[in-house]
Parts: sequence; C-alpha cells; structure tokens
Amino acid sequence: MASTETSAVKDGNDLAGLEAGLDALETVQTRRVPFRKTLVEKILPPAVAVLLVLVVWQILVWAKVTDSYKLPAPSAVWDEVREAWLQGTLLDYIWTSVSRGLLGFLMALAIGTPLGLVVARVKFVRAAIGPILSGLQSLPSVAWVPPAVLWLGLNDSMMYAVILLGAVPSIANGLVSGVDQVPPLFLRAGRTLGATGLRGTWHIVVPAALPGYLAGLKQGWAFSWRSLMAAEIIASSPELGIGLGQLLENGRTANSMSMVFLAILLILIVGIAIDLLIFSPLERWVLRSRGLLVKS
Amino acid sequence: MATALAKAADAGTSVEYAARIEHVSKSFAGPAGQQLVLDDITLDVAPGEFVTLLGASGCGKSTLLNLVAGLDKPSAGGISTDGRPALMFQEHALFPWLTAGKNIELALKLRGVPKSERRDKAEELLELVRLKGAYGKRVHELSGGMRQRVALARALAQDSKLLLMDEPFAALDAITRDVLHDELTRIWRETNLSVLFVTHNVREAVRLAERVVLLSSRPGRIAREWTVDIPQPRRIEDAAVAELSVEITEQLRGEIRRHGQH
Repeated sequence: MASTETSAVKDGNDLAGLEAGLDALETVQTRRVPFRKTLVEKILPPAVAVLLVLVVWQILVWAKVTDSYKLPAPSAVWDEVREAWLQGTLLDYIWTSVSRGLLGFLMALAIGTPLGLVVARVKFVRAAIGPILSGLQSLPSVAWVPPAVLWLGLNDSMMYAVILLGAVPSIANGLVSGVDQVPPLFLRAGRTLGATGLRGTWHIVVPAALPGYLAGLKQGWAFSWRSLMAAEIIASSPELGIGLGQLLENGRTANSMSMVFLAILLILIVGIAIDLLIFSPLERWVLRSRGLLVKS
Repeated sequence: MATALAKAADAGTSVEYAARIEHVSKSFAGPAGQQLVLDDITLDVAPGEFVTLLGASGCGKSTLLNLVAGLDKPSAGGISTDGRPALMFQEHALFPWLTAGKNIELALKLRGVPKSERRDKAEELLELVRLKGAYGKRVHELSGGMRQRVALARALAQDSKLLLMDEPFAALDAITRDVLHDELTRIWRETNLSVLFVTHNVREAVRLAERVVLLSSRPGRIAREWTVDIPQPRRIEDAAVAELSVEITEQLRGEIRRHGQH
C-alpha cells in the first residue's frame, strides 16, 4: 500500500513539473510597444502630412493661383482663430455644437441599443423593420432637416431629431451585425453553463457582440456629427446660438473665406478629436483585451 | 484509497446511473429525405464511471453527446441524466472577454453560488487543474493546453455529476494531449465525476476509459463494447493499452470497410 501511495505522489509531482514546463514553453510573451516607437510610427507620419498640406497651401497663395477671397492665406485663417479666441467666442462655437452632438449621440445610444437588441434577437421584428433600418443608413440625414423644421420648428429639439434619425440606425445596425457574428460555439457553451434567455443575452450575447457594437457606435458618432452640421447650416435662428455649422453659414453670407475655412477646420478637428479621444481608445482596449489586435 | 472509498459510498446513496440513454434515435432532414444518424442507442453511464464513445466520422457521436447535453432533442427514445451535465468541446469555448478566473466564476454564478464564495472557489478549481497563477490571465495569453485546462475547470465549476467531453484534446499536440490524459485521469479519480468522452482515437479511448463503446457509422449503432480493466494510472504507450487498441482498431476498420462495399 505504502509503495503505491508514494509512487502516486511521485507520479503527481512528475506530472506537475512536466505541465509547468509545457506551460512555460508554450506561453507567448506580450510586450507593450515603447513610447519612442509609437512616436515614430504613429504620431510622426500624420504630423508630416499636415505640415505638407500647410506648405502646399502657402505655396499656392504665394503663387497667386486665385484671388485671395477664394483662397485665404494660412496666416489669415490663423488670425481668424486668434481673434475668435481673444473675443472668447471660439470655445463657445465649439461647445455649442459639441454639447449638442454628444447629447444627441447619447440619446441615439439610449434608443439604438435596445432597438438593435430587439431587432437582432426577435425574428418577427427583424423581418419587419430590419431592411428599413439598413435602408435608413443610406439616406443622407440632411434630408431630415426640412421635415424636422416643419414638425418641430427652429429649435434645439429639431437638431436632436435630425441627429437621432441619422445615428440611431447605424448604432442599431452595428449591434445587429455584432450579434450576428457571435460564434455559435459561445452560445452553445453558454447554454450548457445555464445562460439561457435574458441571462444568455446579458452574459454571452452582449459581451460577445461588443466589438461590432463599438464599430456601430463609432459610425453612429460620425453620423451624429454630420447630421448636426447639416442641421446647423440649413436651419439658422438667433435663439439657437452660434455653433460650427452656423459659423460656416455666417462666413458664407459675410463673404469671408477665412471664416469659412476656420469653421470647416474646426468641424474636422472636433470630429477627429472625439474619435481619437473616445472611440479609438475604447475600441483598442476591447480588441486588445481579447487578443484581437494584431500587431503590424 | 480514501477517494476510492468515498466514491463507493457516494455511489450507494445516489441514483444508479449518471446518464441513461434508452432506445434513442435521431434523424435530420437531408437532401435525400430524412437521414437516420443514430439508430436505437441504449447506454447507461454508472455514477463515477468513465466511458468513451469511439467511432469513425459519421457515427453521430457528437450528435449523441449534444442529445445528452440537452442541446438537441432525440427523434425517438429517452434520455435522463442525474442533473444537468457539463460539456467540454474540441475548441476551448472560453469567453475571450473574461479572464481565466472570471470564466470559471461565470459558471459558478450561473449555478447560483453567492458572490462572496466565487473567487475562492475559482482559485481552488484553477489549483485543481494546476494553473494556480492564471486567475487574471486573458484567454489569448494561455497556450492550447492551458486553455483546455481552464475549460475543464469551468466545466467542473458546474458541479455536475456527469461531464461530457466532445474530442476535447483532438486539436492539441501529442505531448500536451498526453499530459492532459494524465491530468484528466487524476481529476476523475479525485472526484465523483462520471465521464462520457467522445473520440475517434482508439488509443486515447483505451488509455482513459473503464468502458469503450464502439459505434458503427451511418447510422450510428452500438457495434461492440469492451471493459478495460488495465489498472490506472495507465500510459498511452503501455503494452496492455496497445494490445487492446489493436483489437478495437481491427473491429473499427471492419466497420469502416463495410461502407465501401456497396
């Protein structure tokens, strides 16, 4: 008896050692990219590109390819920025639009998420409104501005209505395609663990669909921002305050190309900044934690 | 010794089977009408027993496992199990949005284990599969063998009487598979678990099981059964394992050959 006991213990130790060795041999070491590498590979190239655009722009101005009211010098646009900053209106312009855009996006999120889940999970609802939902994505949201003005008048609710009509379909569709791409194996594994019905949706389907959902959110933000700009340009009213779209329209009526350039620049910068500061890190974090981010 | 006694004592008090499969048939709608996949299968798995289902492709062994797991319904016959069985797949099927430890904790949570106990339980199970430091590891940071061990720990977290395994080691390299055989045998002997293990690998079937059940193909029928009384722990290269494997392989080849004859 004693001898079998000890041999069993010895066997166990052997196995543990063997296993530890295999684990060590087969585990992949992942390392974070050093900051210098990020600087050279990720930050430097776009900085060079922007610089190049500025240089070409300045050369075109110097070469007088067209009248200065059609193509203002970079310095003229910069003066416009400075003036707006000194008057304290620059941040007001940005904040008016950004606060509207983000609030509208959050509302679209609150509506699009449950809508997407229902469309993805309930067959009848999918058959009924699925095609309409994807069709709506191809409708330019600027088309919603005239009816929204007629329905709601020239006010903030009109803006939000346009944002919602633009962003809700893309958020819902992103979630639907995220759910569709959940591997069936996860659903089977979930069912054997006892995650059925709502618990299955919450513990398995939602987290598994997260990458697709995030892609939808990213697109939803782009749609929100574009819809809002369309609404601000077309529908102007003194009570609405001056957002970036309004600024663009004011530039046009004042025949000030540098103001128009300033507005376009700000619209572009805000769009990129929100994506870079909120959505890209979120997406990278989700993908990295799942080992889906392939280093190139 | 103590575990063997506990096993025997437990067997006396609980139901006399971990799974009972009675006259089960299953057919699917195919291009040529209804296709019979499983034909009149009757099989009992006793509490604490380790049974392997062996067969070539098309014998419906995975279908049978799905039926026992309750993921699908038989066309005829009945299946009863002692509680809901746990199921392990060929792919690890771990959730990549959770760490190794949280994967196990999810199984505990769905079973209704209170939050305060889950962490300790999960650590305990990881220790059982010898992955003590892996609690916070993401799935992609683990090797293939480690993933299957976490999957095993997650299956054990369900505290089922019956563990169903669908070719769980088929995708692993030979050395890792060998180690996992030892590991599975050790855990099976330390617990009261009954195991129904599906494979097409004869040596693996003989290495692990107390009973090997050979299924014929198209439709799947029970062709023959062997009781394996080679003492555990066995090794896959043991002469006795090889000897029985040769016999079973012969029979398996015969079953396969029949399909080329008409």
